[in-house]
Amino acid sequence: MRCLLVISTCLLAVSLAAQTPAYRAPRTPDGKPDLNGIWQALNEANYDIELHIARPALALQPGPYGPVPAAAVLPLGAVGAVPPGVGVVEGGELPYKPEALAKKKENQENWLTRDPEIKCYLPGVPRATYMPYPFQILQSAKALFVAYEYAGAVRNIYLKDPGPSPVDSWMGQSVGRWEGETLVVDVTGFNDQTWFDRSGNFHSDSLHVVERYTRTSPDVIRYEATIEDPKVFTRPWKMSMPLYRRQEKNAQLLDFKCVEFVEEMIYGKLRRTPLK
Amino acid sequence: MNRPAILICILAIALPLAAQAPKTSAVKPYVPPRAPDGHPDLQGTYDLATLTPLERPAGTKAVLTDEEAAKLEKDVASRKDQAGQAISGDRSAPPKGGDGSTGAAGGVGGYNNFWLDPGSTYTIVNGERRTSLVIDPADGRVPPLTPAARQRALAGRVARPTSDTTESRDPGLEPAGSYDDPERRPLGERCILGFGSTSGPPALPDYFYNNLHQIVQTPEYVMILTEMVHDARIIRMNSEHVPKTIRKWMGDSVGRWEGDTLVVDTTNFTDKTRFRGASEDLHVVERFTRVSANALLYRFTVEDPSTWARPWTGEYTWPSTDEHIYEYACHENNYALENILRGARRREADEAQKR
Repeated sequence: MRCLLVISTCLLAVSLAAQTPAYRAPRTPDGKPDLNGIWQALNEANYDIELHIARPALALQPGPYGPVPAAAVLPLGAVGAVPPGVGVVEGGELPYKPEALAKKKENQENWLTRDPEIKCYLPGVPRATYMPYPFQILQSAKALFVAYEYAGAVRNIYLKDPGPSPVDSWMGQSVGRWEGETLVVDVTGFNDQTWFDRSGNFHSDSLHVVERYTRTSPDVIRYEATIEDPKVFTRPWKMSMPLYRRQEKNAQLLDFKCVEFVEEMIYGKLRRTPLK
Repeated sequence: MNRPAILICILAIALPLAAQAPKTSAVKPYVPPRAPDGHPDLQGTYDLATLTPLERPAGTKAVLTDEEAAKLEKDVASRKDQAGQAISGDRSAPPKGGDGSTGAAGGVGGYNNFWLDPGSTYTIVNGERRTSLVIDPADGRVPPLTPAARQRALAGRVARPTSDTTESRDPGLEPAGSYDDPERRPLGERCILGFGSTSGPPALPDYFYNNLHQIVQTPEYVMILTEMVHDARIIRMNSEHVPKTIRKWMGDSVGRWEGDTLVVDTTNFTDKTRFRGASEDLHVVERFTRVSANALLYRFTVEDPSTWARPWTGEYTWPSTDEHIYEYACHENNYALENILRGARRREADEAQKR
């Protein structure tokens, strides 16, 4: 009897686990889960997708008792510090190949000159999802489109596979399909110019991302991205995080055309009269 | 009024209307496909390229006959073919001082016509092959600038270019100071907005390339993606404008349906957008109407009392296309702008040495 009880309890537990997600999202008129809305991640992944403790700055120099902020970012003080985060990578450390891990560290040491975000370059995928800016999903029966506030980046998600991307790009080529409650987006055709975060985590042009968007409550999407890049990693790995609906009544994407904001940094030395 | 008189009156009104009828689309009313919310479905990808200029060239009539248009279009096509010949891969460097190639080729045989897609046909509205986008004023010309705007434009020539400035202006003919600072370069060169007011509003053909636009429509939003500089303008339906303190490069757009026409009202431009020299008080009203399974009619009215003495209106057809929009990553490694400025500094250094 006791044995039966244990077995039935186990079976119940197993079946409950298999039943996720329990939430059924509201539907669009064509019967798909409705992802329309303005969403944003609320985590520290853009600083560092891996589990990390707080650091004095993103650019460091050795101090007599440990690292201190590098001279270039010193005036930022606490504003320039790295907030701690539990990480979004599942299963511990990123599975870098040894030479790739060396490059990641080199990237991190040269963050100021190498991070594409500093120059307002397009963020790539999945980084666009968890940058500290909102993004808007526009979903109709005919189209799926994501507009990001950061740098005005955009992604059209093809609902019919147009075949391999004829050209590499910063945001990749996205093809979406529905698996029950989940939007699955297959992203390929990347160049090797974007990063995963401000900590030098990177990929090659062999990057292949599979994203899964699943609504788990009226105001939350569970986001998963499986990363495959045989040139950089020894095996595929996964990140996951909740995305939250912006609750403000007047929530909307505003202009963040940072191209203008980095002109002094990139071209200032070429002014006829450089600023002092 | 007695009955025969009323009858005559009715006939007097109805007859000319009936005579005009074949010109209007009212004869064969087009029933657009509907989105689930009952409004016409405007979604798709559209190619705005056309040979029809914004303003009617002097001495040109408003509408071309089919034969006239066919001849002009054929001439353009043959010129494009000639100018689009492949350049030999092992050609030598252009001679010092340039090879005489004009426009986008920049005197060094840069972009030839192979790369360009400036349009191949005149826009057809209500069956008419138009010679200008502008329909009001009736002469097809943008009204002259007000004295205040001329004053502003004069200052602007030294300060900064306008949102419709093209990149292919002839070097050497630009106003003094044009190369002093990145802020004085055209917005297209800086990768802030596409040149030629391609993003708008008003969204105009740029007569050069990359004229695709994509519309995605939900009950609450209409999004218009401009291919050039990947600008997505998100129009909030049945909403109010943001406070005046919030300024946007493409203005703040709110939309509503008037029957089967999407009406988009845009204000709150930045003082750096400066469409054709307009102030930040620029007000644009756009009207999108699906007129066939594969075309929208786009009509726009532009208003800014400090710039033009009266509002003006243009319209043209947006034909749909099966082309895909690929990423227009403009700012990433924009070495053109860097080298343009570096070239200017080098020239100044050379001139200083001569003196």
